[in-house]
Amino acid sequence: MVESAPPPAHAVPVVPRVTPTRDAGAAIGDNPVKVDVKGLSFYYGAKRALDSLTLQMRANLVTAFIGPSGCGKSTFLRTLNRMNDIIPGARVEGEALVDGRNIYAPNVDVVELRRRVGMVFQKSNPFPKSIFENVAYGVRINRLVRSRAELTQRVEESLRSAALWDEVKDRLHDSALALSGGQQQRLCIARALAVRPEILLMDEPASALDPIATQRIEELIYGLKAEYTIVIVTHNMQQAARVSDHTAFFWLGRLVEYDRTDRIFTAPAEKLTEDYVTGRFG
Amino acid sequence: MNGTLRRKVISALFVGACALAVVAALVPLAFILFFVASQGLQAISLEFFTGTPKPVGEPGGGMANAIVGTLMLVGLAALFALPIGIMTGIYLSEYSGGRFSSAVRFATDTLNGVPSIVIGVFAYGVAVLPFRQFSALAGGMALGIMMIPIIARTTEELLLLVPGAMREGALALGASRARAVFTVIVPAALPGIVTGVVLALARVAGETAPLLFTSFNNRFFSTSLTEPVSSITVQVFTYAISPYEDWHRQAWAGALVLVTIVFVCSLLARLATARVARIRD
Repeated sequence: MVESAPPPAHAVPVVPRVTPTRDAGAAIGDNPVKVDVKGLSFYYGAKRALDSLTLQMRANLVTAFIGPSGCGKSTFLRTLNRMNDIIPGARVEGEALVDGRNIYAPNVDVVELRRRVGMVFQKSNPFPKSIFENVAYGVRINRLVRSRAELTQRVEESLRSAALWDEVKDRLHDSALALSGGQQQRLCIARALAVRPEILLMDEPASALDPIATQRIEELIYGLKAEYTIVIVTHNMQQAARVSDHTAFFWLGRLVEYDRTDRIFTAPAEKLTEDYVTGRFG
Repeated sequence: MNGTLRRKVISALFVGACALAVVAALVPLAFILFFVASQGLQAISLEFFTGTPKPVGEPGGGMANAIVGTLMLVGLAALFALPIGIMTGIYLSEYSGGRFSSAVRFATDTLNGVPSIVIGVFAYGVAVLPFRQFSALAGGMALGIMMIPIIARTTEELLLLVPGAMREGALALGASRARAVFTVIVPAALPGIVTGVVLALARVAGETAPLLFTSFNNRFFSTSLTEPVSSITVQVFTYAISPYEDWHRQAWAGALVLVTIVFVCSLLARLATARVARIRD
C-alpha cells in the first residue's frame, strides 16, 4: 500500500529543492549490473507516485531503499516484479532492465519474471497449507522438479537457506499457520527461495517482528547475498546500515541520493539525506 | 423524579423489553420442536423408514420412497447449482469490476427473493410442459435455481474474506491469476463455502411449493429421473390436509425426519464454521 500523505510540513525544517546530480543512481562498485532502471515513472491514475527514477543495482549485493512513508520506495520495489500490474489504473513509463532486458517490454511473460524476481512481503502471508506445501507451492506450479524426491530435497534446501529447517523438520506436515510470526516470515523467505529466483525483493520484511526475530532475518539476508541480488525496503535506518551495501534515499517519489551505505550514513552529499538519516524528519 | 433515577428506569425498561422480545422469538421454535418431537416420535417406527405408503384404512406403511426422493431431489439440485453458483461467486470476487459485480449481486439477490412457488411455475414451464411429464429432474432443477443465488453470494463473500496478501503471495511465486484462485484462494475459503452449501441444501430440502408441480408425488418407490418422485415435504403436505387420523400421524413423523435432517445439517455447518474461524486467526 502506498501512503499518499507527504510528511507534515513542520517536520521538515528546511526543504531544499531536490536536484539529484545526473548520475545519482549510477552503479557503484564492480559487481555486474543486475537491475538497470532508466527514467521510470509510475502513476496511480493521474497521481504520479514515482518520478523518473534512474538507478542501477549490482548483483550479489544488498541494496536498501529508505525514505519517509509515502516516498514511493515500496511502490518502486513492486515495479521490479510487476506486482503493481494488478492495481487498476496503474501505469508505468520508462524502462526497468533485468539482465539487460526490459521487463515492461510487450512480450515479457510476467509469470516468468516473477519466478526470477522473488518477493517477501511486509506481513508474512503463508498459505493455509502445511509447511511443506507452502515451500513446495512455487516449485510445483512452475514445474521445476521432476520427482517427489527432488521436491523433498528442494524443500529441505530452501528451509535450510532460510534458517528454519531445524525448527520445523519434525513437523513439515503441520499447518504453517501454527508457526510464530518470525518463523512464518522465514517460511515465506524459504518459499520465495524455493523457486530459485535471481533477485529477492523484500518489503519491510522485519517490520512486524520482535527484535530477536528481526536479528535472525537480518543475519539471513546477510548470508543470502552470496547467491542472490537483494533489494530491501526498510523503515529502520539501523537495519539499512547493518544489512545493506548500497542505500538509495527516496523522497516524494524521487531518488535523492544513491551511494555506498557507509557514505549515506556518514557523509551524505545531499542536505535532505543528512536530515533524514539523522532523524530530523520522517 | 431526578434525572439519574429516570435514566436508570428507562434503561431497565428497555433491557426488559428486549429480553421479552427474545422470549417471544424463541417460543415458536420451542413449540414447533416440542410438537414435532412428541407427535412424531409416537408415529415413527422402523417401518416408517422401510415401507411405502399404504392405502387409506390399512394401518402402517412408511415414507421410504419420500425420504429417498428428497435425497435425490436435493442431490440433483446440488449437481445443478454447485458448479454454476460457485463459479459465479469466483467470477464476482476475483474477476469482475465493481459496476458489473454490483449489477450481478443485485440480480442474485432478486432471484433469492423470488417466491418459491414462482420458481416452481418456471420449472413447470421449461421442464414439465414440453415433456408432458412430471419428473425428478424438473424438481431438482427448481430446487437448484433456488440454491444458485445462495451459493453464489456465500462463495463470493467468503472469497473476499481471504486476505489480499495471500493472492499477492501466490502471484509473486509465479502463479497465474487462475492458478492463484484455484490453488490458494478457493482452498483457503473452502470450509466456509462447504458450510454455505450445506445450509443451502438444508434450506431447499424443506421446500414444498416448487415441487408441487415439478416432481409432483409418487405413491411408489421410484429412483427414475424422468418419473414423478415423492418427497418428504410434499408427502407431509398431502397427509396433513387429508381427513384421516392415520395419515396425520404419518405427517408428524415425516415432519420430525425433515426437522432432524435440517437440524443436523445446521449443526455440521456450525462446527465447520467454528473450525474456519480458528484457522483464520
